[in-house]
Amino acid sequence: MNNNCIETKNLTKSYGKARGIREVSLVVEEGEIFGFIGPNGAGKSTTIRSLLGMITPSAGEAKIFNLDVRKNRKEILQGIGYMPSEAMFYTGMRVGDIIQYSADLHKKDCSKEADILCDRLKLDKKKKVEELSLGNRKKVSIICAMQHDPKLYILDEPTSGLDPLMQREFFNLLEEKHKQGATLFMSSHVLSEIQHHCTKAAIIREGRIIVSDTVEALSKTNTRRVALTIMGNEKIAKQLEERLTKQIKDLNIKASGAELINMEFLYTGDMNALVQYIGQTNIVDIRITEPDLEEIFMHYYTNGGMNNDCI
Amino acid sequence: MTVFKQEMKQNKKTLIIWTASVSLMSFICLMMFSEMKGMVSEMDEMFSSMGNFTKAFGMDQMSIGTIAGFYGVECGNILGLGGGFLASLLAVNMLSKEEGGRTAEFLFTHPISRVQIITEKLIAVFVQILLFNLVFIVFSCIGIALLGEDMNWGNFALYHMANLFMQLEIAAICYGLSSYIRRGGLGAGLGLAAMFYFLNIISNITESAKVLKYITPFSYTEAADIFASGKLEMKYLIVGIVVSVLAIGIAYVHYNKKDITA
Repeated sequence: MNNNCIETKNLTKSYGKARGIREVSLVVEEGEIFGFIGPNGAGKSTTIRSLLGMITPSAGEAKIFNLDVRKNRKEILQGIGYMPSEAMFYTGMRVGDIIQYSADLHKKDCSKEADILCDRLKLDKKKKVEELSLGNRKKVSIICAMQHDPKLYILDEPTSGLDPLMQREFFNLLEEKHKQGATLFMSSHVLSEIQHHCTKAAIIREGRIIVSDTVEALSKTNTRRVALTIMGNEKIAKQLEERLTKQIKDLNIKASGAELINMEFLYTGDMNALVQYIGQTNIVDIRITEPDLEEIFMHYYTNGGMNNDCI
Repeated sequence: MTVFKQEMKQNKKTLIIWTASVSLMSFICLMMFSEMKGMVSEMDEMFSSMGNFTKAFGMDQMSIGTIAGFYGVECGNILGLGGGFLASLLAVNMLSKEEGGRTAEFLFTHPISRVQIITEKLIAVFVQILLFNLVFIVFSCIGIALLGEDMNWGNFALYHMANLFMQLEIAAICYGLSSYIRRGGLGAGLGLAAMFYFLNIISNITESAKVLKYITPFSYTEAADIFASGKLEMKYLIVGIVVSVLAIGIAYVHYNKKDITA
């Protein structure tokens, strides 16, 4: 027995042309806080729905707690706390009724835990659910996900709609659960959230996992942001682009003043080639810095990101 | 039975209002019998000489001047429509409302199997239909007792059993439908019930449309047949039962593997 909490192998779900996921392979080990990052419509929710057994994958397999998600759905769900990205509840019911219904479906008495959570999140149990704001609906789902003390949390964009104070309280709660041994899997497109709270992360784009690694490794990269000011005209800049076309991304050329060219780009690859080329020009100013995580992700989001040189 | 309880709670208001209004309407109608009885001969003549209209409601086979005939035609139509509509509106949204209301992500991520959800929701539909019929029958019994009329209670029971079967069949068909749709089933459900009702009327009027009787479940609830013969039209009933079982089977098979995406 390994201690994989979530494991998917070539998980594929196709609906029509555009949406779906392709050959998603992920491993989340017990005790990890795993971030799942991707733009809207990249397949985050599809992956999560496959894990929860709501949809049947077209190919591949998915296991949670080393059990097949299709065959052992009920058993698996007993150990999961799930927070949907857009929580909706039954109209006419009160907050307390929903929390109770969730506990009943788990066949557990969680009233004490629910009261503590309501108190910490400042949620009024007597309110009708249709009167709740998005943030308050989120709080109801937080309680429904946490009150039965699951081993694994699956959180789909958990912080959207929560005010900063509540976000902090929410992450405090998650931290406590994590210390008690829970595993966390959360999707987000707020990168700072992933950077601050997660130990590992995977990026998904157009249904494919582009990269999956520790957050530390993801942040460390041999890509550099280069800002260059040289004497000359745009021709020189174009030459650079032609010569190093494979290594350069996000090139931005601006002519500034007389015969001065500003260039900014991301450079990945052999530094000697860059320095050699720059050596032939008339340099006015040069800056070479590490790109921030946000920039790396943006690069993955927008540029296909299929070549993995960058990270 | 958590889901069952939840459904009963959720539908409580609708069920109470519907049951009360249909039962009361029928009760008031029934109370008019004593007045009608006085005018029986003219009434009877009038009602039995309206050609197709007479045939449509089976008044060619029994007299509206007797309590059974009056009950079957007047209250029977209220029960037929009221019960048929209730059955369809209860069943047609029972499964689909989870996706339509976007609560599916709540329910289906709890540790309960789909088969159990389907079963408990189906039981909720059936129990509500039973409750409706029970209340309706109690009102009718009180009404008939108040009138001091002599009713053939055996036929009365048979007649209500047929109605119960009819409602269960409509519910079963709508339940099967509910497993396919995501939202907006109400129109389809009510339309289906209304269509069945009118198919039966058409088949009463037109001899060549008799075959429609196999399609509509209202065919075996014909008061005129039941109160006259004391028997149910088994050939129609059996078709109805087969259709019901099939529809429910489809609901189980399809909903169990359906992709829940909303």
